[in-house]
Amino acid sequence: MPGITREEVAHLARLSRLELGAEELDHLAAQLDDIIGAVARVAEVAADDIPPTSHPLPLTNVMRPDVIRPGLSPEEALSGAPAAEEQRFRVPRILGEE
Amino acid sequence: MTETIRWTAAETASAIADGKVTAVEVAQAHLDRIEAVDAKVHAFLHVDADGALAAAKAVDDARARGDRLGPLAGVPLALKDVFTTKGVPTTCGSKMLDGWKPPYDATLTRRLKDAGVVILGKTNMDEFAMGSSTENSAYGPTGNPWDPSRVPGGSGGGSAAAIASFQAPLAIGTDTGGSIRQPAALTGTVGVKPTYGGVSRYGLVAFSSSLDQGGPCARTVLDAALLHEAIAGHDPLDSTSIDAPVPNVVEAARSGSVKGLRIGVVKEFAGEGYQAGVLARFAEAVELLRELGAEIVEISCPNFTYAMPAYYLIAPSEASSNLARFDAMRYGLRVGDDGEHSAEEVMSLTREAGFGAEVKRRIMLGTYALSSGYYDAYYGQAQKVRTLITRDFEAAFGQVDVLVSPTTPTTAFPIGERADDPMAMYLADLCTIPSNLAGNAAMSLPCGLADEDGLPVGLQIIAPAMADDRLYRVGAAVEAAYLSRWGAPLLDRAPAL
Repeated sequence: MPGITREEVAHLARLSRLELGAEELDHLAAQLDDIIGAVARVAEVAADDIPPTSHPLPLTNVMRPDVIRPGLSPEEALSGAPAAEEQRFRVPRILGEE
Repeated sequence: MTETIRWTAAETASAIADGKVTAVEVAQAHLDRIEAVDAKVHAFLHVDADGALAAAKAVDDARARGDRLGPLAGVPLALKDVFTTKGVPTTCGSKMLDGWKPPYDATLTRRLKDAGVVILGKTNMDEFAMGSSTENSAYGPTGNPWDPSRVPGGSGGGSAAAIASFQAPLAIGTDTGGSIRQPAALTGTVGVKPTYGGVSRYGLVAFSSSLDQGGPCARTVLDAALLHEAIAGHDPLDSTSIDAPVPNVVEAARSGSVKGLRIGVVKEFAGEGYQAGVLARFAEAVELLRELGAEIVEISCPNFTYAMPAYYLIAPSEASSNLARFDAMRYGLRVGDDGEHSAEEVMSLTREAGFGAEVKRRIMLGTYALSSGYYDAYYGQAQKVRTLITRDFEAAFGQVDVLVSPTTPTTAFPIGERADDPMAMYLADLCTIPSNLAGNAAMSLPCGLADEDGLPVGLQIIAPAMADDRLYRVGAAVEAAYLSRWGAPLLDRAPAL
């Protein structure tokens, strides 16, 4: 498995929504390369015919009756909001300026 | 009579129930202890003195009314800062949640309150439970009570250090790759990772959902069992919570015995990277188990050598998805909202400012492992290895009742030694990770001090899923044998703070 390049790390940072500084990017690129080299050892295991395990328990959908029950009040739900307005979360602009 | 803070949880509860002391006096004694020593240890991120005294008074009032008190009523506890507590700060050791007061209680928090447990405050941890030393906390490291210049383990270093320094008789941790057991080993305390699904995750801020499991930290096996019983059991609010009776852990802890048990020693947990003093104490523990009447069998679990690489693909993958919720929109930190930056820019600026180095590393590693082109080779392959590790356990438990190993390859290391060397840090969880991948139950309890540094060594006991009671049966027998051999609990040998 080839090592990870600085460009790939910059791309991963964008995908991860992390505004990394240049120095941080260099540092992380070297560390991620080490870590990926180590975890790539999983490829040594012959497991072609082995089913994957995503979870320790056999999961099935858990259903409950659709009964109305108390939830958070608007004040409680907004209590941790960085910004709120008219009982809503206020967020920065989402659309670009055209 | 020994001072209040050195009582076990069981002794504390009896003393309160018998009227020898009030719950308020017990809470105050622990708050005084925190005041006296926590500047050196830094186990707590937040101390809720008013809440603790009010909860204690409620227990005293209930007793005065003649109400029947539960087995832990009035006992103080330190809660890992990863469980939500209504109106009380919950930070997960991150700047991202600095000052956040959740609008609801975790199920575990609710159960503790219902049991009359007195929550003293919230304990320090590696940010979002990612780490093995508590150095990744945004609020500074926690010191090991045996030597404050050394780490207490992690991620639940604050919880383990709090009980080891007698700031609380009980604590709660969470164990994703060893975060309860490894700190227990490094601080000379008892820690249990219950069977996955045994304790509700509702209100536990998620790191890796298929691995995370809350559980008890204590100074004795019986205390851990009492706490385990109080927090375990089905919760309709957690769809991965097991809907089956909780194994009778308290009864098991009261009737410790290994006579006639078959105990497996995992061959793969030894060799390079293991400290001599750890291996020496472990060999003695195996000899002790034999003397106590167990049959010792060597077991090979060949795929365990791949547990660490598989874990560092699976856990970061799940983390990269779980931590996407920290988007600066609904709660927590927001940076760069100046009318100029777009929502997406604010998101990236906030996550850059709010997350520490280890969290960023894992989010990016997970994003990498899940990206198209790499998914099959990394995440997919790791999931297959997870199956093979589970099969290794199944084969082992076909031959033996429990497995034993050292909990960690080394004793507590100096603060700073591995802080910027992620691969060295990851080795701390070598022996604990397989049980998280398979979802079974495991305990760490003290088995002595390493000769070379005089620091605690942990013995790990592993039982099949939903056989948590076996941990307590074996653990109680081992603990009693050591107590008679040592003449006093191990923590009595820790230097005064």
